[in-house]
Amino acid sequence: MSLFQNDADFKMDVLREVGNIGAGNAATAMSRLLNKPVDMAVPTVSLLPFEEISERVGGSEAIVVAIFLRVDGDAPGNMFFIISKDSARRILQGLLSFEAGEEDEYTEMELSALCEIGNILAGSYLSSLGDLTGLYMSPSVPSIAVDMAGAILSYGLLQFGTMGDDALLIDTTFLEGNQEAEGHFFLIPDPESFEKLFRSLGVPVE
Amino acid sequence: MTESTIVKVGMADLNVASGGAVLKTTGLGSCVGVTLFDPAVKAAGMAHIMLPSSEIAREGQLNIAKYADTALPELIRRMKSIGADPKRLVAKMAGGAQMFAFAGGSDSMRIGPRNVESTKLALESFGIPLLAEDTGANYGRTVEIDSGTGIFTIRSVQFGVKEI
Repeated sequence: MSLFQNDADFKMDVLREVGNIGAGNAATAMSRLLNKPVDMAVPTVSLLPFEEISERVGGSEAIVVAIFLRVDGDAPGNMFFIISKDSARRILQGLLSFEAGEEDEYTEMELSALCEIGNILAGSYLSSLGDLTGLYMSPSVPSIAVDMAGAILSYGLLQFGTMGDDALLIDTTFLEGNQEAEGHFFLIPDPESFEKLFRSLGVPVE
Repeated sequence: MTESTIVKVGMADLNVASGGAVLKTTGLGSCVGVTLFDPAVKAAGMAHIMLPSSEIAREGQLNIAKYADTALPELIRRMKSIGADPKRLVAKMAGGAQMFAFAGGSDSMRIGPRNVESTKLALESFGIPLLAEDTGANYGRTVEIDSGTGIFTIRSVQFGVKEI
């Protein structure tokens, strides 16, 4: 992307900080919800070929629980909260004391609860991002899917699809308790949104 | 029976195979996996189409495998290069799901059905009959075509394996 021709490292750092602040708030919200410590890794910002993006969550065919929100407003984009099926179960049990359903299927109630968790987390991510940048960003009603990671994530790459074969995403991994890789927060701003994000943060854009 | 070779087709990618090799693409959501098959020479081709039309492209170097209107002509050309006759080609396709449901929804939300429509239009324009399809709905699919038999296999999380 031409926007990254100059000061690429610095700009990546800025985006990393964007992810840090947003996901930091979301982690705090999650920790309050679950009433246990939730840690997060330093966000990674990368321009990845489409094919490699689902590798982040276990490969194109890995079955994941994903809550998707479209971000509307000044800097539109796509947001995914992605967790493994095991993590989803643990969250449901820890948070809502749902009976440990052994079967593979989720009930409507469970899906709705997970959707709401995604909604709360995405809301806190975006509101802190809004405070930081002064940009208006509002999440759509969340939507949930339990399916192959590739099928789910490709949906968030369409805006990048018309521009090339890679997408820039801000990826934050959540760690709950001692268990690693509990969940991922992907923010995939639309290609046009980067300039707005940079301007709002005082990063010179040529 | 010997293990058949698997040729992977990535996202926005296309490839051809013959001699019993299997073409495979994983995790189709709103994307469409379209395959061509020539039963006489036992050759198959597959494209993983992401967007309906190259008119919306804003990229410098156009990836023709990505768009329905440009992927089909290229796939036919590649099929010819391995000995297939365009007049004998038959098509099967899957994908074009709507992974997330939204009330209202912008045009990009309907991308799956639009991918299916333009792939069909492209097939029609070359006079290639569409023998079978498994498109739409709201789930992901992994698909394979066997270049020896033309059997098209679809795997999904909810419905397991089926052949068309």
